[in-house]
Order: sequence, then structure tokens, then C-alpha cells
Amino acid sequence: MRGLFAALSLLVAALVLASLLTGPAGLPAMDSLRALILGGEGPLPIVMREIRLPRAILGAAVGAGLGLTGAALQGYLRNPLAEPGLIGISGMAALGAVIAIQTGLSLMAALALPLAALAGAAVGVALLVALAGPRGGSVTLILAGVAISALAGAGTSLVLNLSPNPYAANEIVFWLMGSLADRSMLHLGLALPPMALGAALVLSTRRALDALTLGEAAAQALGLSTAALRWRLVAGTALIVGPATAVAGAIGFVGLVVPHVLRPFVGSRPSALLPASALGGAALLLAADIAVRLIVPDRDLKLGVLTAIVGAPLFLHLIWKTRSGGRV
Amino acid sequence: MRGCVPRSRVILAAAVWLAAALPAAAAPQRVVSMNLCSDQLAMMLAAPGQLISVSSLAQDPRMSPMAEQAAAHTPNHGRAEEIYLMRPDLVIAGTYTPAATVAMLRRLGIRVETPPPAESFAAIRTEITRMGALLGREAAARDLLARFDADLDAARSPSRRGRAALYYANGFTSGPETLAGAILEAAGFDNIAADYGIATTTALPMELLVMARPDRLITGAKWPGQSQGEAILDHPALAALTPDGRHVTDRDWICGTPFVTRAIRSLE
Repeated sequence: MRGLFAALSLLVAALVLASLLTGPAGLPAMDSLRALILGGEGPLPIVMREIRLPRAILGAAVGAGLGLTGAALQGYLRNPLAEPGLIGISGMAALGAVIAIQTGLSLMAALALPLAALAGAAVGVALLVALAGPRGGSVTLILAGVAISALAGAGTSLVLNLSPNPYAANEIVFWLMGSLADRSMLHLGLALPPMALGAALVLSTRRALDALTLGEAAAQALGLSTAALRWRLVAGTALIVGPATAVAGAIGFVGLVVPHVLRPFVGSRPSALLPASALGGAALLLAADIAVRLIVPDRDLKLGVLTAIVGAPLFLHLIWKTRSGGRV
Repeated sequence: MRGCVPRSRVILAAAVWLAAALPAAAAPQRVVSMNLCSDQLAMMLAAPGQLISVSSLAQDPRMSPMAEQAAAHTPNHGRAEEIYLMRPDLVIAGTYTPAATVAMLRRLGIRVETPPPAESFAAIRTEITRMGALLGREAAARDLLARFDADLDAARSPSRRGRAALYYANGFTSGPETLAGAILEAAGFDNIAADYGIATTTALPMELLVMARPDRLITGAKWPGQSQGEAILDHPALAALTPDGRHVTDRDWICGTPFVTRAIRSLE
């Protein structure tokens, strides 16, 4: 187990480094790192500090947040199909962000953007938890997720189409698919503090989620308050997914793939799966973000495209197994 | 059967009407322009009363340097129905006008011309001459052309001023084979897009823009409302790159018209 965490941490560190050294400008590696750390004259420190560094940190943070919330939701709903992107939480966050941007709220106060996205995510996750709590079946969860996703996507498209700005309608793709291109330190400052708070809240549910694996009645007999657990998860998920979506768009499947891959290594214990999924999510998103820059360097290929190519087949596989009655 | 007109008389009436209409084909009397750029050239060249409608965009002062003159004309919104009801004998659209609208107007028997957007000074001259011929105002076109040539000669920078970059929403830049590129060149700037082999308008990653170290940054204008595409222009890396401000393109940069000489002068 300790080996797994060491390996994942090393992988994330290596990918952050690779992300810092990947870009269309093809800069020499040693010069870039020197410029990043020591600064200096000329354009190189600007590229490294203002363009590549926020992108790498944001990739790691958003990936970690999505992996963590995916694992936590799956633990709480006791359903391997739960994932913030697929069941509409990211979509609701995007809707909140788009409303904040298009009404001009985000211009009046910079914090309005992450807060509105947070509110959207909170509505989404609260709806889901109400509709498909620990006792709800997979079908309820997926149907509720489809409905919430569709509503959020339609709302986002509507708001952007009504905008007087000629570029707004093209942004629908960004909000549905996500991208880390040209994010700045300003975005990082907006998103990281609430995400850190949310991560602390979600990680604090580890023991409770362990108890819940015994079944709801057994968990209650052990003194677990399911209502308190539910509120911590709803708030934590909203605090992570909302700001992450506000700056990077809705990126799907990370929270689905990562816990699924890591579960066998941690013996299916949520207390170990949560931090492992955070590291795994960071690694997956960083890898995807490096890949979009290598595959089509001169276009802004959306991150969600790659994560969906990896994640959708797995999702179908999971549905197949659920359908045939086997536990996953 | 009272009121039933013999068919021969209908044909005769039609023939008379056609004959009356024929000279109009040489110099159209009811011209509708439905393209921001042809709107401006048409307003400069048309005889009084000849141009009956311009596009609604021409009345928008953010996009049109002739918004005041355009306010005197009936606006159209590029819809075939409203344009047909204006009974034009010539419609001037553009290559980017929706093909369905152009086809519909032509099917309704209206002459539709689609001049291409002018992407160079030579093309602006061609378009002035073309517009003069379309409106039957060749003499006015020759006058305008002479004034444009003189203005352009006066506006051109005699010296080189350094390197400049054009940067628009969504990270697009324009190379030398575009109108903005031609304006930059005439103002005495070397376009950094050429360093990367960019000739037309295409996306340029911000990293490459920063690495090219332009002396001047010329960005696209912001539109009302918000968009992620335009948010790129507020990126701190751009502020760090050219700390002493930047130039913003305006309505004089959009169309290939004699107003480009004002755009050239604005870069001084």
C-alpha cells in the first residue's frame, strides 16, 4: 500500500515536470527550468511562470479533485457508476459559471465565478443524493444523472446563445469538454482555496465511508450519522467540482476511471481509495493535458475528448457487468 | 367576365414594363447592400437615392466607421424576405452571406452580386472599381480611387518601427496576406506571424507569441458581454510581455475600404 502511494506520487511529480516541459515553443529543458525557478530577463520566464506553471498546477489540482470526488461518491452511493462529470454535477457547475460570466457578476467580484459554479455543483449533487441515496439503484442514479446533465447542458447552451458576444456561442464546447489551455495564475488563485477546503472535507469522510461498506444498518449501529456524512460529501463535492469546472470546464470520466483502476490495489477500502484516487486523478489529467498538446499542438483539443475516449468504453463495461447482475 | 383583360394586352404591358426596366439594368436604381464592407463602399459611391438599404451592422458604431451615414438608410438584417419586399434591382451581398439567402433571392429573379472581402490594398482598389461599375458610378469610383491612393501614400510609414503582433480572441493572429497584416506592414511594423510561417488568420499558441518578443501588441476589440475567447487578451503573460500598453483594433480595421488609411495612421 505504501508502495502504491510512493509510486503514484512519483508519477504525478514526473508528469508535472513533463507538463512544464511540453509546449508548442519547444524550449530547451534546462533553460526553461532555470527560467522557471530563477526568473530573469526576456520572454522565457514569462512563458514558464505565467503560461506553463499555472497549467501544470491546475491540471494536477483539477485531476486530483475529480478523482477524489469520484471515489467518494462511489463509496457513498455504493455504485461504481457515480462520477461528477457523468451524473451532471460538473454540468451544473458549468451552468453556474456561465450564468456568473454572462450576467457580469464575475466582473463585479472575481469570487462570483467560483461561487456561482459551486452553487450550481451543490444543486446538482444535492439533487442526485436526494434521488439516489445509498439505497438507490444504478438505474435511478444513471437516469437522474442523464436528466441533470441534459438540463445543465441545455441551460449552458441557452445562456451562451443569448449572449451579445459573438464568441460566446463557440464556448459551449469548452464548458462541455473542458480545457486547460491558457489558464493563468488568476484562475489558480480563484480555484485552489475552495478546492483545498473541499478536499479536506471529503477526506474527513474516509472512516465513515469504510463503515458504510458494511451496509447502512451496520454503519448506523457503529454510531455513524448518515445525515452528517451526506452533508459533508455534498458540500465537499461542490467545493471541489464547482471551482474546478469554473476554470477548466466540465471534464468527464476522470472520477470514473481512476477509482476503478486503483480499487484492486487498495483492497476496496474507501479510506485508502480516496487519497489514492486523488493522486491517480492528477496523473490521468496531467497525462491527458500533455497528450492534447502533443497530438494537435496548434489546435486547442479539448481535454474531455481524450478522457471520454479512455473512459466511455470502461463505463460501458461497467454497465454491462451491472446488467448481468455481477458486483463490480 | 367583366374585368378580364385580353391576354395580348397583358403581354404588351409586360413588354412595355420590361423595356422601361432595361436601362435600369445598366445603372440600378434600387440597390440593397447586405454586407458591412459593401455597405461602406456603396454609401461612398452611390448616387443620392440609389442605395435604399444597408445592413444593420453598418449602423453599429463599434463595427462601422460610417454609422452616421448608415443611420439615414433603412437597415436590413440579411433575410431574403425583407430584402425581396424592398423590390431591389441589385443586391450586393458578400462571399460570406449564407448561400441559402443568395440562392433564394436569385430564384426570386433579383440580381445578386457577391464581391469577395478585400484582404490587401490592391484588392481594395479592385473593389472600389467593381462597386463603381456595379452602381454605374465609374467617375465617382475614379475620384475615390485617386483620393485613396494619395491617402495611402501619405499614411505609409517611411521607416521601419520594429516588430508587432496581432492577437485576437481565441488566440488568433493574422499574417501578411490579410488586411490587418497589410495595415501593419504599411505602418512600418514587421509581423511576428511571418516568423512562424503564418500568412492568413489562424491560431497562434500564446507561448509562441511571447517567445517572438514583439515590440507592439495589437489586440482585437472587446465585444459587449463576456467570453472565454476574449478572456485570453487579459492573460497576465500578455501584460508582462508589453507592459507599456497595447493598441486595440477598431472599426477601421474590419473592412477593406479607404478607412484603412486611418488604421495605418492610428499605429503611429
